[in-house]
Amino acid sequence: MYKKRLDGRKPSEFRKASAEVGVVKNAVGSARFQIGKTSAYAAVYGPREIIPRHKMSAKSGVLRCNYNMMPFSGMGDRVRPGNNRRSTEISYVTENSLLPVLDLKKFPNTGVDVFIELDQTDAGSRCAGITAASLALADAGFAMKDLVVAVAVGSVDGTLVVDLSYEEEDFDAPVADIPFAIIPSTGEVTLLQMDGKLSQETLMKAYDMAKKAADEIYDIMKSALKKRYD
Amino acid sequence: MLKCKNKEIVVPGEILCEGMDFLPSYGTYRDDKVIRSSIVGLVNVDGKVIKIMPTSGRYFPRRGDTIIGRVFDITMNGWRLNINSPYSAFLTMMEASSQFIKKGSDLSRILPMEGYMVGKITNVTGQNLIDLTMKGPGLRKLDGGVIVNVSSSKVPRIIGRQGSMIKLIKEATGCFITVGQNGLVWLSGEAKNEAVAIKAIELINENGHKKGLTDEVKKFLEKETGKKLEV
Repeated sequence: MYKKRLDGRKPSEFRKASAEVGVVKNAVGSARFQIGKTSAYAAVYGPREIIPRHKMSAKSGVLRCNYNMMPFSGMGDRVRPGNNRRSTEISYVTENSLLPVLDLKKFPNTGVDVFIELDQTDAGSRCAGITAASLALADAGFAMKDLVVAVAVGSVDGTLVVDLSYEEEDFDAPVADIPFAIIPSTGEVTLLQMDGKLSQETLMKAYDMAKKAADEIYDIMKSALKKRYD
Repeated sequence: MLKCKNKEIVVPGEILCEGMDFLPSYGTYRDDKVIRSSIVGLVNVDGKVIKIMPTSGRYFPRRGDTIIGRVFDITMNGWRLNINSPYSAFLTMMEASSQFIKKGSDLSRILPMEGYMVGKITNVTGQNLIDLTMKGPGLRKLDGGVIVNVSSSKVPRIIGRQGSMIKLIKEATGCFITVGQNGLVWLSGEAKNEAVAIKAIELINENGHKKGLTDEVKKFLEKETGKKLEV
């Protein structure tokens, strides 16, 4: 049984988080979200004409996300630059987790590019990326139903904990890790992936913990957006 | 029941009011019994209508707007212009000049590639095809000068109430200034004065959401030019 967390946090406590908006000057909107040692920058460009042109749609604008870990951002070896299997997947799930709140119908024949760059990673990088991306989209002035907050909940040796660190993911016991992306106002889930095994009841408990943490992170995001106009 | 203050900054998803007493307008949506914000901006409660003035975002073309555009393509019968928006605009040969343009003549003589012009949007279609005209008072090709890029949501602040702000800058620096609705500002004057005017415009662009901006800009201009300004 995993009783005391390796870094001394409470089971429902996420790592120290901070957010900042408007960090990339040339982008339409940008944000940085840091949680523990994981840090993500997101920059939004568009709506604009995109190439290849066949990717555009006359019915609605398209959202394109690009998740990228910088070469020096990893825990050990240099991360090889460029797309790989993992980053392609994360880019895809990021897109799908943001689309439910965005309305791009007003921008036919255009695309919106979101570049997510991670300069430092520990664990929960896709969650940090999604959170930063939703902040950047709000900063860019897009109409959104709500912000999207992503946070991971995992079971380490049978104990549910919020926002796993790298050491916890690597713990020498059965670990299940579930990244959630949640729309705080409705509680809807826009990203749900699972690494490991978990029963249905535990998953529901995990969701409740994630919702609670997401509401707290939402407050951090809100004050970051407001701080820009103080 | 109102849950926010007038002129307060709100973010997407924030509850603006509860109950059915208010009507949602631009930048807001009704979610069952509450009205929520859908953009970042300043709340504006006007009677029973709640709307949000955006603080950022790209320019969206509307009919009747005076804009500044840059030529990026010349076709058989006109020019294609970049107007700092998601969509490009088209200026036909007919709308470019009141003079007769001979068939097959070189259009780059009237407006060259990469040249800037002041135009008015005559039509925006459902598919966002934008038509421009260069015939009308103040609409012309721009020669020389500097282009400054600002956020299109700050354009009303740059112009000011009844043009007070832009008048102030013109008076202090003696520059010719044209402000396009799309966030492009053209100015021309003495090099030293141009630099002051650019700084003033950038100051407005960065602090566009604040109150008492005219006084701040006035103070800045007086310090830079050493002139005493009226207004």
